[in-house]
Amino acid sequence: MEYTKEVLDHFQNPRNVGEIKDADGVGQVGNMKCGDVMYTYIKVGSRPSSVGSNELQTANRKPQTEEYIEDVKFKTLGCAAAIASSSMMTELAKGKSLTEIEKLSRDDINEALGVLPKQKYHCSILSADAIHKAVEDYRSRKKEIK
Amino acid sequence: MKHIYLDNSATTQPSSEVILEVKKVMEQNWGNPSSVHSFGQDARTVLDQSRRKVAKFLNCREDEIIFTSGGSESDNLALRGVVEGYIKKNELKTGKLPHIITSMVEHHAVLHTVEEMESQGLIATTYLKPDQNGIISADQIEAAICDNTILVSLIYVNNETGVITPIKEIGERLKNINSDRKDRIFFHTDAVQAVEYLNIVPEMLNVDLLTIAAHKFHGPRGVGVLYVRKGIPIRSQISGGDQEFRMRAGTENVAAIAGMAKALHQIESRESLITNQVAELRNRLEAGIAASISDAIINGVGANRAPHISNVSFLNAEGEAIILNLDFLGIAVSSGSACTSRSLSPSHVLSAMGIPPEKAHGSIRFSLSHETTIEEIDEVLRVLPGIIKNLREMSPFK
Repeated sequence: MEYTKEVLDHFQNPRNVGEIKDADGVGQVGNMKCGDVMYTYIKVGSRPSSVGSNELQTANRKPQTEEYIEDVKFKTLGCAAAIASSSMMTELAKGKSLTEIEKLSRDDINEALGVLPKQKYHCSILSADAIHKAVEDYRSRKKEIK
Repeated sequence: MKHIYLDNSATTQPSSEVILEVKKVMEQNWGNPSSVHSFGQDARTVLDQSRRKVAKFLNCREDEIIFTSGGSESDNLALRGVVEGYIKKNELKTGKLPHIITSMVEHHAVLHTVEEMESQGLIATTYLKPDQNGIISADQIEAAICDNTILVSLIYVNNETGVITPIKEIGERLKNINSDRKDRIFFHTDAVQAVEYLNIVPEMLNVDLLTIAAHKFHGPRGVGVLYVRKGIPIRSQISGGDQEFRMRAGTENVAAIAGMAKALHQIESRESLITNQVAELRNRLEAGIAASISDAIINGVGANRAPHISNVSFLNAEGEAIILNLDFLGIAVSSGSACTSRSLSPSHVLSAMGIPPEKAHGSIRFSLSHETTIEEIDEVLRVLPGIIKNLREMSPFK
């Protein structure tokens, strides 16, 4: 396989491997049949909003807050590309606001990895889907509590 | 870094004698064997001598040896050659398509050729399903035979699992069946993985066509043989000159052919069979894996297997990830995982044996040679448990 340095690095030294026991959201994608399974766990935090908030703050006098990925971990069963794209996804996701996460695409992960071999592209799809699902899970849990 | 090569079913290292032979012929006998002048005749001499050596190895006639570019071409020539030979002979007859019996565990060179002929509307096919150990039986063959069956094609030693098909027994059965038939059924075997370890003499096996490829037994790449029993009507697949008894056009690859003859000669001249030596190492590897790694399943373990191949499924670890981790440490193996192919489905061989995808994805093929050492096997056993453990810890499943 013609893997880039980034892919091999993230495969050999994956970042953020593991589980978050009291996760706010969990995203599970893939299945045993296709050989790649990925679980993503997130902790969501709250912080003063950073984007375009100055005017609003002065107007309302009440600081705007935004939700962001405070922590993210993954567990993956799969090929080198699946593991590397999981690892890269956690790096890209950490610290990002949930609005930004929604815009995090398959191509963002693929590009950060220096482009996966064509037939491996579905692995990067998987990790983008996993974080989106985790956020979805977080939001549906929040709704239930409300 | 010390390198350990356990992918001998993919290709073998050419022996230094083979390399010297190829070099010598390229330097000294580079003429075209079809030329009348001395350059050509020198090359012709080498070609004839090589054919004699190969015929001796297979205990057959020299005109039963067709040199090809390798295993895939030999398989294509055998299958398409027999079918087209039959169609040509029977062009005035109408009715049923010629019927071929093969199995679901064949090499793609056979499987895809048969599938293609089927989709072209040239043949009808029965694909026999092996038992859980990967074995196709003579009874299955007999049960699948129809009036219009013209050919049976089965792999001798499976390239993924090492499982041996009882070719001799099936050949005998077909011989009996043929004695009562007007149109006899021909029998082809792909013996590519068997050359160094099993008797492949066509007469003994009762086969009519047999495929071998030099690079699987320490010979050069790009050369192989199709043995065709005298009198079997096959049709050439490459049009052109009259080379190879008009069965395969193209200027002969004399240097590679001589290299292949040298490699066969080396097999013949070994003082003892390497079968036991290689089997002992394979057994050591499998026992070591069983002792140090849980949930490791040896595929085809209940079958008669060639000594040089071991196929192991590691649950909750993916094949390509295992390969790369071993490769970082200089150890070369292969896998039946989908991730090592361009498709999304795992090995067709393991699937046909009823092995579920989650086990097939974690399969590793270790293939040894007579050059494999006990130290190399022990090194694999030293590092493999840690690799599997790391991958399993990363997996969401326990």
